[in-house]
Amino acid sequence: MMSSSTEHNYETKSYDVIVIGAGGAGLRAAIEASAQGASVALVTKSLLGKAHTVMAEGGMAAALGNLDAADGWVPHFKDSIRGGKYMNNWRMAQIHAEEAPERVKELELWGAVFDRTPDGRILQRAFGGHTYRRLAHVGDRTGLELIRTLQDKGIHCGIDVFMECTITNLLAEEGQVAGAFGYWRESGRFILFKGKSIVMASGGIGKAFEVTSNSWEYTGDGQAMAMAIGAELIDMEFLQFHPTGMVCPASVKGILVTEAVRGEGGKLTNALGERFMKNYDPERMELSTRDIVAKAIYAEVRDGRGSPNGGVFLDISHRGADYIKRKLPSMYHQFLELGDVDITKGPMEVGPTMHYTMGGIRVHPETQESPTVKGLFAAGECSGGMHGANRLGGNSLSDLIVFGRRAGLYAAEFAKQQTEMLPIDNEKVKAYAQALVEPFERKGTETPYPIHAELQHLMHTKVGIVREEKFLKEAIAELAGLRERAKKARVDGSRAYNPGWHLAHDLINMIDASEIVAKSALQREDSRGGHTRLDYNFSDDKVWRHRTSVASRAEDGTLTVGYFDKPQMPKELVALFDKAEEKTAFETEGKF
Amino acid sequence: MMMIVSDAHTNRVANFHVFRGNPDANGEHIGEVVNYEVPLKPGWVVLDAIHWIQANKQPDLAVRWNCKAAKCGSCSAEINGLPSLMCKTRLDHMPADKPIIVKPMKTFPLIKDLVTDVSWNYEVNKKIKPFTPANNNVDTWRYFQQDADRVQEFRKCIECFICQDTCHVLRHHSKFDKFFGPRFMIRLAQLEFHPLDVADRLKFIKEEAGIGFCNITKCCTDRCPEQIRITDNGIIPLKERVVDRFYDPITMLLSKIGLG
Ligand SMILES: Cc1cc2nc3c(=O)[nH]c(=O)nc-3n(C[C@H](O)[C@H](O)[C@H](O)COP(=O)(O)OP(=O)(O)OC[C@H]3O[C@@H](n4cnc5c(N)ncnc54)[C@H](O)[C@@H]3O)c2cc1C
Ligand code: SF4
Ligand code: SF4
Ligand code: FES
Repeated sequence: MMSSSTEHNYETKSYDVIVIGAGGAGLRAAIEASAQGASVALVTKSLLGKAHTVMAEGGMAAALGNLDAADGWVPHFKDSIRGGKYMNNWRMAQIHAEEAPERVKELELWGAVFDRTPDGRILQRAFGGHTYRRLAHVGDRTGLELIRTLQDKGIHCGIDVFMECTITNLLAEEGQVAGAFGYWRESGRFILFKGKSIVMASGGIGKAFEVTSNSWEYTGDGQAMAMAIGAELIDMEFLQFHPTGMVCPASVKGILVTEAVRGEGGKLTNALGERFMKNYDPERMELSTRDIVAKAIYAEVRDGRGSPNGGVFLDISHRGADYIKRKLPSMYHQFLELGDVDITKGPMEVGPTMHYTMGGIRVHPETQESPTVKGLFAAGECSGGMHGANRLGGNSLSDLIVFGRRAGLYAAEFAKQQTEMLPIDNEKVKAYAQALVEPFERKGTETPYPIHAELQHLMHTKVGIVREEKFLKEAIAELAGLRERAKKARVDGSRAYNPGWHLAHDLINMIDASEIVAKSALQREDSRGGHTRLDYNFSDDKVWRHRTSVASRAEDGTLTVGYFDKPQMPKELVALFDKAEEKTAFETEGKF
Repeated sequence: MMMIVSDAHTNRVANFHVFRGNPDANGEHIGEVVNYEVPLKPGWVVLDAIHWIQANKQPDLAVRWNCKAAKCGSCSAEINGLPSLMCKTRLDHMPADKPIIVKPMKTFPLIKDLVTDVSWNYEVNKKIKPFTPANNNVDTWRYFQQDADRVQEFRKCIECFICQDTCHVLRHHSKFDKFFGPRFMIRLAQLEFHPLDVADRLKFIKEEAGIGFCNITKCCTDRCPEQIRITDNGIIPLKERVVDRFYDPITMLLSKIGLG
């Protein structure tokens, strides 16, 4: 076994394109880059097929129009923009709506087996905020279908997959990417990838929160690494709290209850037996957008109308046992086995859970390239812009395949234009290696685990579903304290498969991401979608509707947040929206 | 026998025997079982207890997990001797008076503590000819839910490799070079039963994948956390197809005289 601290050797690999992350976005990017003739490394922290994407349940949104012939890219585009509270990058929302159907059909060509319509085509289900039945799905395990299809396609494309390999630093020379550095989880040995372009597809930041549906991988690594070489993050104040997570027993708190339960007819009631959504969004009721349902549940619980374990009730039992077991099999088993509840017989208790990071790495809407770092591309949950202030359910899986493909395509093109690899600065690499082993030399008493737990509690209570200036300021101050403690956290044992060591590093990324969320939230004096300020409990359509917040790392290492003017939608697209529709998109803000 | 304890009894301290160790040069599991007293909370699964040990006693205890919701198939281990998902094994459903023994999957080489090297499975998958549709014009494809059902049962697989760990052909006889194991039998079945797939894999299933090594003990099916009927719905129908092709005297005769 390797000694803990002295080994600084590393192996070196060279590829045209390095894809970091093997969820839906990374796999789709790798497949495309490889199809363009690029040599591709696909690097993932976990095993292939285990990325977060595997957990997605309800479906992927694409205007195939198999059930509702009136559907098309225009209604899908409008729904995404309305759901995003007009904060989306309009061009991304347009491309997404236009290209999603082709990408979904391509999955079928590669072996995906979606649920069928009676006439044998891809079945689509209703979901919150979607005007038409739009989500292609496989029961309640659509993410598994997506990732397995891409995985089985990807292994025959000549892509080199590096499993359980964590990237810790990106390398850049004069504003252009040169490579990526990291370690093998199994051995702790270091590895350097030289590359002409990089696609970041590393997912979100949910593990910074106490109650979350997200896995351990969601530590904001991609966001932090990209910022370190000059990329910007946008929209980071917008976090999606999914309205329905499990609430009890405590050990399962936060585990997702798919929106498909509501899509299939599930009803929400409070302790008085009232279908309370009628007070918040009488037209769409349970199929309102997630931000609204989550805040409605929050308000019901706060005002004393919650269920015994601090949630509300969600009931699907009226659909009958056979139907439920066929359309929602994982939910049936999840509640039976983990929650001791038979959802075919009675209601489940549910409450909000941190679910999705709308903001992320700023990219060009068509190429997915960072405007500030040449050769750096980003796709999927780690990128920002597509979903604005609130993502519609099902729009992430389609986002992955639409923009994953584009990122792979343009990353390969960029690589083709480079005649040679940029040189790697060995001194920098040595410094990164030294920084990674340094925790083994610390003498402190505290391990990273309690610091992580405190971070999660802090973010949950002060930067959570509702926010206020006072608490945001406190959070920013407390984050500084946590950062100091994290820098001293002790690590035991060797470098071989050492979760404590891994966390010591990931923790710093989570604190970076948390600080940016808190600072962006403090800046936005406005409430919309996944950002609600009790002290600015309205949507400010004069000023903040037109601003996108942007964060970056300054020369001295501090994280700074500002804003820029949001790109304006061209007239012909503006004309698609009527004023009355626009008003209803906002009238619920301030009701909480 | 297993005893069900109610929630009222779960605020107890349980005694965990957790394997800690490193491999030798051959990946053999060399190590010892370490005792940990863990204060349980209601509803906890084994993975919660392992996380508690990491956070409070043993920060470098190696464990593989992702979703903690029985969806990703990362956290497979042997709990009281039974291959299981750690995130799906409830502690309040376990005997209250006995230690809970957690060990890595025996069939695979050890990496460290509870983590094993499952890369062999990924190599096997690469050998399988992927989905091969008759035509690429997806817009014209039509097939019905009952056809999909048969394939979707196998596509529920979360690649936890618990069936691989359980199957005696791999576990006791180490036939890694001759038999793909139950996980890949159902991957093959899924491709063979896809209504639009036109590739012929039967010879491969017989010769490379080694379907003949399965003697239908159904142990794999018993442990599958996704309740896939691996043997009845996957392996047996595949075996029938292989027999029909290769052992049916009439087919054999026809193929000998060049008509099969
Ligand atoms: C329970 C649940 C249900 C959901 N259901 C739906 C749904 O029905 N429909 C929908 O549209 N969306 C759904 N979502 C959202 C959607 O699943 C995710 O947004 C999406 O899968 C993210 O995909 P991705 O490719 O961006 O990243 P991921 O799939 O998360 O992949 C990230 C990858 O990056 C790797 N990685 C991260 N950091 C590093 C590093 N430092 N070094 C190397 N590799 C790294 C990880 O190992 C992983 O491979 C759901 C989410 C959850 C949690
Ligand atoms: S039924 Fe076949 S594959 Fe399953 S455990 Fe028995 S021998 Fe192995
Ligand atoms: S078939 Fe079942 S036991 Fe085997 S890998 Fe798949 S899910 Fe696991
Ligand atoms: S952690 Fe995903 S199956 Fe257990």
